[in-house]
Amino acid sequence: MSRNPLIREVPPTSWYFRHPRYLRYMSREITSIFIGAYCVLLVVGLQRLSAGPAAWEGFLAALKSPASVVFQFLCLVAAVYHAATWFNATQKAMPIQIGEDFVPGNLISGAHYAAWAVLSVVVLFVAGVF
Amino acid sequence: MAKSHKPVVWFPFAAGGTVIAFCIPVIVVLTFMAALGHVPAGLGYEKLHAFAGNGLGKLILFGVVALSLWSSAHRLRCTCFDFGLRADTLVATLLYAAAIAGSIASAVFLLRI
Repeated sequence: MSRNPLIREVPPTSWYFRHPRYLRYMSREITSIFIGAYCVLLVVGLQRLSAGPAAWEGFLAALKSPASVVFQFLCLVAAVYHAATWFNATQKAMPIQIGEDFVPGNLISGAHYAAWAVLSVVVLFVAGVF
Repeated sequence: MAKSHKPVVWFPFAAGGTVIAFCIPVIVVLTFMAALGHVPAGLGYEKLHAFAGNGLGKLILFGVVALSLWSSAHRLRCTCFDFGLRADTLVATLLYAAAIAGSIASAVFLLRI
């Protein structure tokens, strides 16, 4: 009567090597490790800021250690990769329909990139970079 | 009537993903500059303390840190699962607890400023 159900064995720890698409997915997943660690750094920074000028200067000095420079460089790469993939996905995640037609996907992603650029420049300006 | 707790987890996750995409890269640029020895004027104690001392500044900093923490916790949970760590309940509990603890700590630090 009943046939055996089809069970495809999926190796739980190495499945993503099966297709380049899975590897791209996992490369994006890995950025969350750096973003999460960076968030912890931000919380520590807030603590140092609340502890007074000397503590804050010590925090800035600690940022200059070689390990911190490498860590922050990796965080920067991860953050930009996360942002780019996030904006590329927006056109799939929230398509906009006007009448019969859909707004071109690249327009939606492009608008996000433009907003990102403007916001980044404003933050850099407010922070006194230029 | 909500029959699932998923929206509660999902809303801050999606909001956090957006905040991370828009805000975290430029914040990393600022601290990276400091790490390379060119501390931006805005990261000086006086300037940053004044920014965090203002109500709106506190709200912005708390929003960025708390939403990013929550979104990262949720993504790390998925990442753990995808790498084959299948103790999802334990992982989720630990990560969400850490995100909540980090958010509360941020609020406390900000209120002290």
